[in-house]
Amino acid sequence: MNQARYKSWELALWVLVLASPLLLTKYAAIINEIAIVALFAISLDLILGYTGIVSLGHAAFFGMAAYTSALFAKHINPDPLLGLAVGTAAATALGALCSLTIIRGSDLTRLMVTLGMGLILYELANKLDWLTGGADGLQGVVMGKLLGQFDFDLAGKTAAWYSLTVLLILFVVLRRLVNSPFGATLKAVRDNRLRAQSIGIPVTQRIAVIYTVAAAVAGVAGALQAQTTGFASLDVFEFIRSADVMLVLVIGGTGWLYGGVAGAVVFKLLQDVISSITPQYWTFWIGLFLVVLALVGRDRLIRPWRWFSKPGPAAS
Amino acid sequence: MNSETTVLSTRGLTKNFGGITATDNVNLELKQGARHALIGPNGAGKTTLINLLTGVLEPSSGSIELEGQDISHLAPHARVKRGMVRTFQINQLFDTLTPLETLALTVSQNRGLGKHWWQALGADKQVMARCHELLAQFHLSSVQDQITRELAYGKRRLLEIAIALACEPRVLLLDEPVAGVPAGEREELLQTVSDLPPEVTVLLIEHDMDLVFSFAKRMTVLVNGAVLTEGTPEEIAADERVKAVYLGHGEVAHD
Repeated sequence: MNQARYKSWELALWVLVLASPLLLTKYAAIINEIAIVALFAISLDLILGYTGIVSLGHAAFFGMAAYTSALFAKHINPDPLLGLAVGTAAATALGALCSLTIIRGSDLTRLMVTLGMGLILYELANKLDWLTGGADGLQGVVMGKLLGQFDFDLAGKTAAWYSLTVLLILFVVLRRLVNSPFGATLKAVRDNRLRAQSIGIPVTQRIAVIYTVAAAVAGVAGALQAQTTGFASLDVFEFIRSADVMLVLVIGGTGWLYGGVAGAVVFKLLQDVISSITPQYWTFWIGLFLVVLALVGRDRLIRPWRWFSKPGPAAS
Repeated sequence: MNSETTVLSTRGLTKNFGGITATDNVNLELKQGARHALIGPNGAGKTTLINLLTGVLEPSSGSIELEGQDISHLAPHARVKRGMVRTFQINQLFDTLTPLETLALTVSQNRGLGKHWWQALGADKQVMARCHELLAQFHLSSVQDQITRELAYGKRRLLEIAIALACEPRVLLLDEPVAGVPAGEREELLQTVSDLPPEVTVLLIEHDMDLVFSFAKRMTVLVNGAVLTEGTPEEIAADERVKAVYLGHGEVAHD
């Protein structure tokens, strides 16, 4: 229960993270991408890792906010923070609506509902081409200056700081949430739903609330993506995005917020390094990595000297 | 309230599963502070009755009243809020949490802090004081920070009961609390059950007749989902029909 207190390595880590666009100016664009994927993965962790709800349609919220914030910037107001708020609000509303459908039924029905939700939105964005640009994507989005001061530069430094700052703020807030009594009741629902309701936890209400919160955070990630790239295309809704984010979370580890961050770093770097060597077949290596990870286990993978020892009781 | 107040009652409580009547027109009445045992051979419908009382199952007909209010159609968590709490025959624990975390979240939820998301779990001093009291009472202090999954069976069983008490029940339904507990650890558990506050109304479901006869002041015998008879332990012990039911099922009261 003393996880609530920040440790010194965490502070050092975040100082490094925030300084990274300065230290690695050349890589500002990928740092921005990593921050967005990390935030998206953390949002999935809220429902998957902390509450035990599997979702295969998490991209729905990411995409909803991406399109909303892009449209908002194009037609109404180019201010980034305003657009971020509007995009997030749209994803939150969609999340609240979807939460009504996922609190019923078994795990498998829930999985199908989340999957269906993603497919529906994908096809909607495809068909409503007068609004979304259809398969060509929504182009010509020009963002205003951040806080009226900082232009989104070509190197992507402003974008990286923007995304990293938003990531840090949400990380701090969500860290409080998962370590609170509310967060503990989510873990109780995950571990044993029958007992959770038998100690007075309104289980379906809790699931609906955290699902909506997760949708909001996924929305923030989606809005950041559209704003920092000045573009929204159908791939924000694609099934592969929902699958990828689960992969990221599995690589980093579920049920702890740094899992999303670590997974995003590993996933994006692997993608970047491998696809520069073999552009078409990088998913082969990701697949191989995943199989090794699953077979060897995360604990042992980061401690290679233990690879050939027998798995201890703590290895999972 | 005094000991003449009816706290929990059922009227004509019935549950059908298809063509099978698992609970058949059951009328129960528990006074405040009662030590009431529910016995019956396997398949008599004891657990179905508990599931009806706690709201896991909806009754086919009949009603349940808790402290004068009809709770027949309340959600399970809402019944807990009104003071009716159960334990499980098979441990239902939060395996990845520690006993301290488990009790802290239970006490927090019970005191209306379950929605608080900004404060850390364990920041509330009164909640923590109550947790440590429970941990001491249930001999769990020494393992309070171990992951529940890794606890010995006896400790898990104690935690099972401690969670229910952390809900501050006014009516406690104990579903075979000593089931599967090794003989050496039995005493600890029996002691905690008999140390329950006298104003708490207890309905005990148990196969262990030593425990039933040492604990209960009144008993209800359930057979095929229906009440066969009700009375004091002495009356039940002398009842020929009860003997026949138990012997007829090849089940010996003392094990």
